[in-house]
Amino acid sequence: MTPSDVSTALSEQGYLPDEGISTAVFLAMTLKRPLLLEGEAGVGKTELAKALSTATGGELIRLQCYEGIDVSQAVYDWDYARQLLHLRAAEATGESQALTSDQLEAQLYDERFMVKRALLRAIEPVEGPPPVLLIDEVDRADDEFEAYLLEVLSDFQVTVPEIGTFRADRPPLVVLTSNRTRDVHDALKRRCLYHWVEHPGFEREVAIVKLRVPHVDDGLARQVAGAVEALRELNLYKPPGVAETIDWANALGRLGATELNEKLVVNTLGAVLKYREDHQRVEQHGVASVVKQAFEKGLLNG
Amino acid sequence: MNDRALVSEPAEIAVAFTRVLRGAGLNVPMSCTNTFTEALCAVGMADRASVYWSGRATLARHPEDIDVYDRAFAVFFDARTGSDADEPEPQSITIAIDAEEESGDDAAADGANNEPTIELRFSSAEVLRNKDFAQYDHDELEQAHALMSSLRLVGSPRSSLRLGPSKRTTALPDVRRTMRATIRSGGEPIERHFRRRTERLRRLVLVLDVSGSMEPYARALLRFVHAAVAGRQKVEAFALGTRLTRITRELNSRDPDRALAAASERVADWSGGTRLGEGLRQFNDEWGVRGLARNSIVVVLSDGWDRGDPDLLAEQMQRLHRVTHRLIWVNPLKVTPGYAPLARGMAAALPHLDAFVEGHSVAAMEELTRVISA
Repeated sequence: MTPSDVSTALSEQGYLPDEGISTAVFLAMTLKRPLLLEGEAGVGKTELAKALSTATGGELIRLQCYEGIDVSQAVYDWDYARQLLHLRAAEATGESQALTSDQLEAQLYDERFMVKRALLRAIEPVEGPPPVLLIDEVDRADDEFEAYLLEVLSDFQVTVPEIGTFRADRPPLVVLTSNRTRDVHDALKRRCLYHWVEHPGFEREVAIVKLRVPHVDDGLARQVAGAVEALRELNLYKPPGVAETIDWANALGRLGATELNEKLVVNTLGAVLKYREDHQRVEQHGVASVVKQAFEKGLLNG
Repeated sequence: MNDRALVSEPAEIAVAFTRVLRGAGLNVPMSCTNTFTEALCAVGMADRASVYWSGRATLARHPEDIDVYDRAFAVFFDARTGSDADEPEPQSITIAIDAEEESGDDAAADGANNEPTIELRFSSAEVLRNKDFAQYDHDELEQAHALMSSLRLVGSPRSSLRLGPSKRTTALPDVRRTMRATIRSGGEPIERHFRRRTERLRRLVLVLDVSGSMEPYARALLRFVHAAVAGRQKVEAFALGTRLTRITRELNSRDPDRALAAASERVADWSGGTRLGEGLRQFNDEWGVRGLARNSIVVVLSDGWDRGDPDLLAEQMQRLHRVTHRLIWVNPLKVTPGYAPLARGMAAALPHLDAFVEGHSVAAMEELTRVISA
């Protein structure tokens, strides 16, 4: 396997990686290291994990992080209702009289009463290719959880006090994403390969639009990518990401447009820009000049 | 194939290159050098792009690292000499100061000069507490640093989504612990346990203006910022001049000399011009509104002299105010007799502040810690 094989495999799943991403993914797979992706919202960090899962055939296991997430939500929990039921049943049949409390406890804290969550599921032995574990928006979790994550990601093992240690015989492919609302701890970063995901270049963005929105006109795809590029230069609160470009192309396609014009841009701007201030800025700058730039870009490279 | 030769060569290159990176100021731990070696073995070294991207994936860990990495890569692998052209020259901009402000400054200086004679009976620490930062000599600065290190920045805690055990009955049952107790009592849930919401520290974000007009105060205030970063968890520090620089990592060292030296080195536009509005926009875009300032206490330490567009500053302050818990402005000139927030920037920012406090002396910083804790 080489980085270009990775690139081909991902492209077949509708994700067009640049050289940096394909090298990083290749290294994550060969060195068995987690891959930490940082970048603006909407540049396709989560999308990459999904594409990886379909490309490798491994199950996608997603863990969405949030403040206060703890072991019972990320690793395992006990099925208390079933435990209680078991306890009652043992009582009713008189079985509990014959058992010491240690034995009873051992029965209750058995693997069959366990509810396995994302992290534990990811390191369980599986038939076929190892799963892809997506730990999304790790910056939203708190320090305590990050420290725990570090432990899991270093050895790919989880210890459950009542049962024992679970260990992955083949480590999953781990993708962590962060929007950089805070710095992820250095210790965790050291365990990972790091890639800063940029907005794609013009040609790649055109290719992405064509791939993801097949029914859209060729020329329109180029113009949309050109217009988005022009918008990104306007110092907006939230410059549009690839996700917005795709949404916009989709919206324009649904409206039956074959080329951009001022009216269309004004009517569909909500698909790309999500702040009132950003809409105002575009108005000030002039929708016409955005359209003009889009046309020029479309022709220049077309 | 001879495996050994294949391994030793990348290893040597990896070690040599990480040394170059460390020299360029990047913090590269040994484990990363090893990973880089493994990466080189995996991708081979024939292709420049593969080597470049393997290095970036294994050695860089922050977006800010990428610039340094690119330059070091060019020097090492392309044998290019360090390009000074890339390094943006710190702009030196002279600031036009209004006549009013000058006379105000003089008055402040006079007042401060008279102070020690009146307050001879106080201990030197006491005199220092009220002395204007601008009048400090080097030794006093050191002493003041020690005083400021003793300030404890607490801030009102916020309720966390993380749950902890509770002794009282709450609306949140702790099923796990209750279940444990149930087994002990032979299957009867007699003893019930509960959880409660825990509290955690609010993040404190300090934005220090390092422009020319702030020069007399910036060195003392930077010490305050260092004391805050080194003394408390969850503090973020930024320097704001013609552009924004994050200095949290630089100030993290407990050793004040090292921390201050590292921070000064990192800030390229020390004592340059100010574009408060531009800088705050950058702060909002790249850090603040995205999450860093959300629900935090944000403190801007600046005199409010701004060369940029006051409308932009007002807009950015409003935007920041919408996401913060409290927005506090510390102005060292506020104490100046007859001071009115005449600086255009200050006037633009005022409507969006939760608190507007002095920042010219250690005593004023103590007052600030009180305001932050409120």
